[in-house]
Amino acid sequence: MDLAHREVAVDKEHDAAGRRTGRSGRGGLGGWARGGWGSWVRLGLMAGPVAFFAVFFGYPVAAIVGRGLREGGQWQLGRIGQVLSDPDILQVLWFTLWQAAASTALTLALALPGAYVFARFDFPGKRLLRAVVTVPFVLPTVVVGSAFLALAGRGGVLDAWWGVRLDTSVWAILLAHVFFNYAVVVRTVGGLWSQLDPRQEEAARVLGAGRLAAWRRVTLPALAPSVAAAALIVFLFTFTSFGVIQVLGGPRYATLEVEIYRQTATLLDLPTAAVLTLVQFAAVAALLAVHAWSLRKRETALSLVPAEHTARRPSGAGQWALLCSVLGVMVLLTVAPLLVLMVRAFDGPEGWGLAFFRALGAQQQDSATFVVAPVEAIGNSLAYAAVATAIALVVGGLAAAALTRRAGRLVRGLDALLMLPLGTSAVTVGFGFLVALDEPPLDLRSSWILVPLAQALVGVPFVIRTMLPVLRAVDVRLREAAAVLGASPLRAWGEVDFPLVRRALLVAAGFAFTVSLGEFGATVFIARPDTPTLPVAVARMLGRAGESNYGQAMALSTILMLVCAGVLLALERVRTDGQGEL
Amino acid sequence: MLRLDGVTVRFGERTALEAVDLEVAEHETVCVLGPSGSGKSTLLRVVAGLQQADAGRVLLSGRDQSGVPPHRRGVGLMFQDHQLFPQRDVAGNVAFGPRMHGMNRAETERRVAELLELVGLPGAGRRAVTALSGGEQQRVALARALAPEPKLLMLDEPLGQLDRGLRERLVVELRALFRRLGTTVLAVTHDHGEAFALADRVVVMEGGRIAQTGTPLEVWQRPASPFVARFLGFDNITAATVHGDTAVTGWGKLTVPQGTPQGSILLLVRPGGVLLRTPGEGLRCTVEARTFRGGDASTVTVLLRPHQGPPLEAACTLRDAPEEGAEVGAVFDPCEVVALEGEDADGPVQRPAGPAQRPADRVPSR
Repeated sequence: MDLAHREVAVDKEHDAAGRRTGRSGRGGLGGWARGGWGSWVRLGLMAGPVAFFAVFFGYPVAAIVGRGLREGGQWQLGRIGQVLSDPDILQVLWFTLWQAAASTALTLALALPGAYVFARFDFPGKRLLRAVVTVPFVLPTVVVGSAFLALAGRGGVLDAWWGVRLDTSVWAILLAHVFFNYAVVVRTVGGLWSQLDPRQEEAARVLGAGRLAAWRRVTLPALAPSVAAAALIVFLFTFTSFGVIQVLGGPRYATLEVEIYRQTATLLDLPTAAVLTLVQFAAVAALLAVHAWSLRKRETALSLVPAEHTARRPSGAGQWALLCSVLGVMVLLTVAPLLVLMVRAFDGPEGWGLAFFRALGAQQQDSATFVVAPVEAIGNSLAYAAVATAIALVVGGLAAAALTRRAGRLVRGLDALLMLPLGTSAVTVGFGFLVALDEPPLDLRSSWILVPLAQALVGVPFVIRTMLPVLRAVDVRLREAAAVLGASPLRAWGEVDFPLVRRALLVAAGFAFTVSLGEFGATVFIARPDTPTLPVAVARMLGRAGESNYGQAMALSTILMLVCAGVLLALERVRTDGQGEL
Repeated sequence: MLRLDGVTVRFGERTALEAVDLEVAEHETVCVLGPSGSGKSTLLRVVAGLQQADAGRVLLSGRDQSGVPPHRRGVGLMFQDHQLFPQRDVAGNVAFGPRMHGMNRAETERRVAELLELVGLPGAGRRAVTALSGGEQQRVALARALAPEPKLLMLDEPLGQLDRGLRERLVVELRALFRRLGTTVLAVTHDHGEAFALADRVVVMEGGRIAQTGTPLEVWQRPASPFVARFLGFDNITAATVHGDTAVTGWGKLTVPQGTPQGSILLLVRPGGVLLRTPGEGLRCTVEARTFRGGDASTVTVLLRPHQGPPLEAACTLRDAPEEGAEVGAVFDPCEVVALEGEDADGPVQRPAGPAQRPADRVPSR
């Protein structure tokens, strides 16, 4: 699921939170609710999210898989073998795997120096650059695709200057993936790195280790789990990549997700799509399991200190050179594509201006793809995203509240289950909506709510990931202190928890909003022709020939980018005390 | 005021409290004393309603509290690490209780000012709690706990995190304060000095059970069991056979006070009762170590290796303390010899409880 990018570094917060509160080791002192109505309340809280996921995720996905693999009431499991021995499909699987691995390796290679620089050096403009680097992360994949198209595609900057075109090569895809996930590594690894106590390394030096040996034996082992976790997340995102490949891959390159889309929407081969969905499902479940396992391994005691004490001004030519080259790569990689995108949007047929933007406002006569003026997509997107955010906050908030106490296998299982939509084929979900939710009592096929529901599905994991560490970091005993002072459980929540999580709630809302805004895979199926969203409109325009369409796609992408960047910058402001990463 | 009837709490296999009976009278200050893991904090949590008892009853002013949630019990609890609300300032923390009880704004403000005055922080209302020193936080926590005028105030290691000088001053202040307010107080601590200075009555706990109850003086003078004795820092314990006023011990024969039970018992000789003489007199010992304790009396603890029997600790003044390696004679002052009940299964205490963890080789040979 391509837009699923923002999960990420909140996990780091996880363990840090556990340490901060100094969770008391005294057994079972969890609260007055032990065993009593408290567990019922938790079950009740959980019921909402579970029902939501069952109806709007489990049921549609099951319906689409069932439709593909059942014939005349019989499961046709033989199809699985058939599909998986098809050389074309094997080609797709192989490409999906190796491009994900290559993207991950390339991202780590380029981003780890960035993580180091952010963690250990102090330089002017650091905060701003941190925010800028993160912008790609919240961008809709369609926009990223078109940005790279503008940079390296037909008539792109590289084409115009040097005659280099990358849009038919796999390099464009890999670079777009790096562009996308750079912030994941910088934030997860860099965040932890900046909190590692430099004195640990100094202690090793005093004990006789050389500079490199000290780093290898002290810092690297401490960082390794977070590097692994970041790598895993990047792998997950690139493994399920859809929008980027759809725009840049051309006919030659297809990931599983793209192939599912092709089989479903173009070839109407539902059985094959169903098998591929199951394959992707299994792969993602395995990845998430490994991720959860590595998270648990990360919960080892590290010696952490506040980040502001660990960064120094670079000293000496060597450090300055390192800093400059890393920042150079960073700017080239993340800022250049965005700039080019904007340049292309303003570079109209009659020179610089708003020609493409104005064209967006006009009713398009020539095509059946647009029955309304594209500019209306902005309003649609904002409205859908607002509703989706509200749904995601309610569902995710309830789930996070229910998961706050890490009690047992059941909770961990649910925690993992709620992450699944991130990795499940959005195309499947979208098509499943159409197939499954078309009869009473849930006849929603013609309802506008279908789009926000699908978007909320990807928003929920982000809400949970953002809220959970903060909720868990609230010391139970603060609640108990409030209770002893006369506050009822509800009042205690309002007086103690809410002020502490209010900020996280805002951040979660921001993520849910941008994720919903950029959701493409599912929306492309269920958005009606007369109410397209921004990414859908961009994709439709890119799918049509003509300079004007291309320019308008760039213009629309620019608008989408600015909205997302605006939300992100607002989030950076909200999060002044460094709560949560991303 | 407060009565516990056979309160039992289990965490899985582990029993935190076992059939605890306890009574606290109105205006009384009771201190529960015990090593970590002895169930002290759990006791407070059960009374506050933060922990359900698996068996037994908690009565406050004669009313059974089972099923009454914490916010309706009307008790105050000062947490070990204070648990001040970080997002509120000092006044906001102190005002929390009165607000929850529906006190109006003007009255709340008056009460906050009064309490801050009382704990010695007048005018600190607008300060952020995160900017306070440990001692100041402790005062704010106390003011916050007192603000809703609880029937019973409970303190969990009230002075545990403070440095020594501050602790000794605050103990005195607290005692005076509780006297003045007539507050009923149930405190827990692992520091016997703190407990003795604060309490009217001391309850020593061992592994979830009450080992001894009494005034500080009673407990100090007549520790009921080897556990209590060792917890108070008395390690001179030996098996003895008593006949009349003479006991036969590993250290030889010694005189016991009148009324000592006859037969096979355990005896404690307080270090102050081990008197050092010239080598010819009494039990011959080698001085193994001496530890200067400081304090007004310039006390020195001298560890002796007797030529027979288990090691002995003696307390003496700096002036009288022998050098390490010296040979001395030890005689025993009958007034400092105490008969103990029960068996001495323990080595020296001061380490995590749980009989399984005690290495068997530390059991003193008889």
